[in-house]
Amino acid sequence: MLELLLALGGLVLLRDSVEWEGRSLLKALIKKSALCGEQVHILGCEVSEEEFREGFDSNINSRLVYHDLFRDPLNWSKTGEALPGGPLEALRALCRRTDPGPVTVALDSLSWLLLHLPCTTLCQILHALSHQDSCHGDSSPGEQVHVLGLLHEELHGPGPLGALSSLAQTEVTLSGVMGQASAHILYRRPQQRPTHQTQWFSILPDFSLELQGGPPLESQPNPDPHTPSTDPTTHLTFNLHLSKKEREAKDSLTLPFQFSSEKQQALLRPGLSQATSHIFYEPDAYDDLDQEDPDDDLDV
Amino acid sequence: MFPELNNLLNTTPDQAEQGKLTLLCDAKTDGSFLVHHFLSFYLKANCKVCFVALIQSFSHYNIVGQKLGVSLTTARERGQLVFLEGLKSAVDVFFRPQEDPHPLQFLREANSGNLQPLYEFVQEALKPMDSGEAAWRCPVLLVDDLSVLLSLGVGAVAVLDFVHYCRATVCRERKGNVVALVHDSGDAEDEENDILLNGLGHQSHLILRAEGLATGFCKDVHGQLRILWRRPSQPTAQRDRSLTYQYKIQDKNVSFFAKGMSPAVL
Repeated sequence: MLELLLALGGLVLLRDSVEWEGRSLLKALIKKSALCGEQVHILGCEVSEEEFREGFDSNINSRLVYHDLFRDPLNWSKTGEALPGGPLEALRALCRRTDPGPVTVALDSLSWLLLHLPCTTLCQILHALSHQDSCHGDSSPGEQVHVLGLLHEELHGPGPLGALSSLAQTEVTLSGVMGQASAHILYRRPQQRPTHQTQWFSILPDFSLELQGGPPLESQPNPDPHTPSTDPTTHLTFNLHLSKKEREAKDSLTLPFQFSSEKQQALLRPGLSQATSHIFYEPDAYDDLDQEDPDDDLDV
Repeated sequence: MFPELNNLLNTTPDQAEQGKLTLLCDAKTDGSFLVHHFLSFYLKANCKVCFVALIQSFSHYNIVGQKLGVSLTTARERGQLVFLEGLKSAVDVFFRPQEDPHPLQFLREANSGNLQPLYEFVQEALKPMDSGEAAWRCPVLLVDDLSVLLSLGVGAVAVLDFVHYCRATVCRERKGNVVALVHDSGDAEDEENDILLNGLGHQSHLILRAEGLATGFCKDVHGQLRILWRRPSQPTAQRDRSLTYQYKIQDKNVSFFAKGMSPAVL
């Protein structure tokens, strides 16, 4: 799954929530990129460098360049330790980076940047960042820039979310059921229709990915040991079963309003099999039986 | 502190974890009992506590603290507790010259400023002791509560920045803990509060959420507590453990029980 996510290049958007966090998946992708030989630049705004590097072995850590925006992002301490220019300058510096070779840029997190920078500025920088190979005329077309962005869905309205979503080549939305995480992945390949995929997974302590088959089965409610299962149809005072003769009689019964071929024939040829019907009428003493047609005097 | 809550959280004052942000939130009920719990817990754990109390007066917390076995007056006198009484010092802001820095400086500013003076107050209060004085176990920042800052005109991003800096200093640098209470507006569409609550939720290691019962007020069950552990140091299979218990608040204690197992209904 990780290879597929990194295959397209461009911006990979990881959308997580409070209940299903996405930093582990981000670290798994970073580990994958580092193992493929790429250099990884991380703009860390939400966790400290020590906490981010935790869990990676030294081989991978040597390939990670952590730009620390966690300790003093707004330059409150005024000790000069903060990155100059704040978050905006740090992002622009990443765009201007000129070292050759495939590179992965991880933004942890895009939500922090979106809360502190105008949405339009951030989108422009992200676009410039993910299309860097077109800026450098001499870079080979095979080199892709991967930009991994972690976005906390609940913090933003539909406008910024939609804007970032439209910039992304791959979008992963994290959710899950009962402790088992799932990723709903949307691939936007150029000149093709977007494709969806849902994958259940779990992240191991060393940040490698383990695919799961599906959601965990609902835990079977334990059968109550105190009530043995009884058959309620025993010891009844009435008969629930049919004997063979009764069953045959039941099956051969035609229902009164069922339209069968015999009934159809009977209706089409009236009188052949039916007896004609008679009406017996006894007039009362006060009945006026007039044989004339009452409408005769009409001029119609 | 409530011993049953300690059992649920699997912690004791002697083995308190360090470097954690705990988020307390309440929805449709009053979650301040959690604030009293953590205040007495960390005082008993021999930690240096900086309490930014914006909601109630010092004597209120003191009275409740005495029921739970800690004396805030004593703690303040011997330097274990630094207490910022918001209700009293908010008035002081207006009777001082403007150049003097005050933690609640944002009250004077016309547009929603940042909480840097408040952060500097916390930083100063929890700075490491010189070697001559008594060594406290770890610094703890307790805030009651953050939603009132939104009501006082501070933006949600400014409050998130304040908590960010507190985390960087108290949790990361000084290996302490931060505990903050945020109210959940629930159905009332308060976007700023939602941004604050969710933003803090993403940063926290432990979320305790006190909710009123969906069916309304009950004499024997006062509410339901949801505990969510996030961001353990190692992503294991149990990384998003979540537990739900119901509780009843008594005079000196809060009793917890599984859902539907209140002693009154059994």
